[in-house]
Amino acid sequence: MADYEVPELHEYPIIPKLKEGVMAHSSPFIAADKFQGPLGFPGELPDNWKDVAIDKMGELLGKYRSLQVFLDICVHCGACTDKCHYFLGTTDAKNMPVARQELLRKVYRRYFTFAGKYFPKLVGAVDLTEEVLDDWYSYFHQCSQCRRCSVFCPYGIDTAEISMAAREILDAVGKGQKYCNEIIGKVFVIGNNLGLPEPALADTLEGLEEDIEDETGVKVRLPLDEKGADILLVTPSADFFAEPHVDGLMGYAKVFHEAGVSWTLSSHASEAANFGMFIGSYENMRKLSLRIREAAFHLDLAVLGNPAKRQRSLLHTQDGAASVLDRSRLEEALRPRSRRGSLPERPLPGRGRHGGSVERVGLQLPYLLHRGRLQRGRLGRLEGDDRTAW
Amino acid sequence: MSFVSTLYVGLFYAATVILVVGVTLRIKKYAQTPAPLKIPTMPAPRTEAGVAMRMFREVVFFESLFRSNKWTWIFGYLFHLGLLLVLLRHLRYFTEPVWFWVNWVQPFGKYAAFAMLAGLLGLWARRFLVDRVRYISTPSDHLMLALLVGIVMSGLGMAYLVHTDIVAVKAFFLGLMRFSPQPLPGDFLLLVHLGLVALLMIIFPISKLLHAPGVFFSPTRNQTDDSRERRHLAPWAKELEASER
Repeated sequence: MADYEVPELHEYPIIPKLKEGVMAHSSPFIAADKFQGPLGFPGELPDNWKDVAIDKMGELLGKYRSLQVFLDICVHCGACTDKCHYFLGTTDAKNMPVARQELLRKVYRRYFTFAGKYFPKLVGAVDLTEEVLDDWYSYFHQCSQCRRCSVFCPYGIDTAEISMAAREILDAVGKGQKYCNEIIGKVFVIGNNLGLPEPALADTLEGLEEDIEDETGVKVRLPLDEKGADILLVTPSADFFAEPHVDGLMGYAKVFHEAGVSWTLSSHASEAANFGMFIGSYENMRKLSLRIREAAFHLDLAVLGNPAKRQRSLLHTQDGAASVLDRSRLEEALRPRSRRGSLPERPLPGRGRHGGSVERVGLQLPYLLHRGRLQRGRLGRLEGDDRTAW
Repeated sequence: MSFVSTLYVGLFYAATVILVVGVTLRIKKYAQTPAPLKIPTMPAPRTEAGVAMRMFREVVFFESLFRSNKWTWIFGYLFHLGLLLVLLRHLRYFTEPVWFWVNWVQPFGKYAAFAMLAGLLGLWARRFLVDRVRYISTPSDHLMLALLVGIVMSGLGMAYLVHTDIVAVKAFFLGLMRFSPQPLPGDFLLLVHLGLVALLMIIFPISKLLHAPGVFFSPTRNQTDDSRERRHLAPWAKELEASER
């Protein structure tokens, strides 16, 4: 195993001394041609890659105010420098948020600003070269887009936006990242991030049903693709294969069973995590979002659940349906039933907004909609206008 | 009128045009570029009024910087507050009669220059002493500080050491504003002071000084967290959807 220096945690953080290049070797596997193609990206570096990259940057600058403003207004104050966990954990200088942004910014300056065109040395502007591209590939994949730096930046500069733009440029010149792009391809072809075909998914669920029966003696169903159910559950990937996450999925099933709710999972959209966001591709992100709505309409029901808050709030931007979809939490969907007595209203003591609610049973994750809560007018509008979207 | 006076007349007209046109074009670009995704940094206000409050705290108190780093906040705040008072005090050279409240600012404005200087030197020291800030500093970051320190020092020099004919300076600027140029005293410190100020005006729209107008267009700070109440759709995203149908 590699020789890691694990930073010690103290009451007040000790900011490590900078080291240069200690993480320069770290980059993810490049996506092969077969993973790039389905997403509309080239499979290898084209001959005119520099022009393609600069054109792509120009296109993104015109499409995203965030990128344009953030590349212009950084003053190098250093407020973000000790806020990134990638920096704190690795001490690599280029893992400071501002230094990470600077990898893109120095190229932006060179090709898009007066100062960078005529006084490159003065403002730290450089030509786009393969070395720069390799640096991008390495360090823009050492950002988890957590946005902690943007909390501390006096201008709210968000490195996630810069990383997303950089990854989109990299995709455009055939330097896609295997992990994300392969997964997105799998969703398009198979229907989920894990690449579980429908029979495998059905088999997994059957196994879980058996586990529950062995454990409790109660026959609890985990329905798949059942038309006309009241609730579509869309859950995180880990629920299907990982411990202890799978207990979460079994937990939902038990609660639905006890509440007498009719529900289903979908093989067309079994998971909600949207990898299109990680690569900054609006088009792919949108396609992935729409899949959930497609599943909901095919199954003739209302949705939904989604693990990540940012993705959840972007879902509405993406497919326009979230105003009717993600309004109600599981808690709200189940509350009418719990009042009738099948579930205790306060199963666990708790504090705060969610304290004492059904959510406390360990059901924080899924967000979904209950057919009974749909307003007719809204549903009608959805079916009328938006059903034609695919 | 002397050659130097003529030169400075031309310089200030050019600098003013570059500053105004440059910043206007930049603001226009920021305002017209769409923001396709709702990305306010949490915890985010859910109303327009909340956004206005957040922006107010950010611009007036440097709230995020305060959370982030106390030294940078202290030096940055000293500099910017000092700059504000000094600028207000300088209004007396551009107005006749002088607005009454500018007279109130006058005593504070005179000493605010020292706060400015302290802030600038503190920020500059960080660029040498803190290894992280040293790493990210470019030559232009140092030159920008040098420029501002030069402006403050030459100003302080005139206020406390070698006085210039301030009445003639005021006549020069009022003349500029009324398009009837007047001669400028030829004192060295004054020429340095005004030359550096004109340079600052010229580089404003092509430098990081754009953070001043830019912060108001930062999507993470100026957006309301209402992506689920109201659908947010950029024009190009709308076209994308239309093309799919």
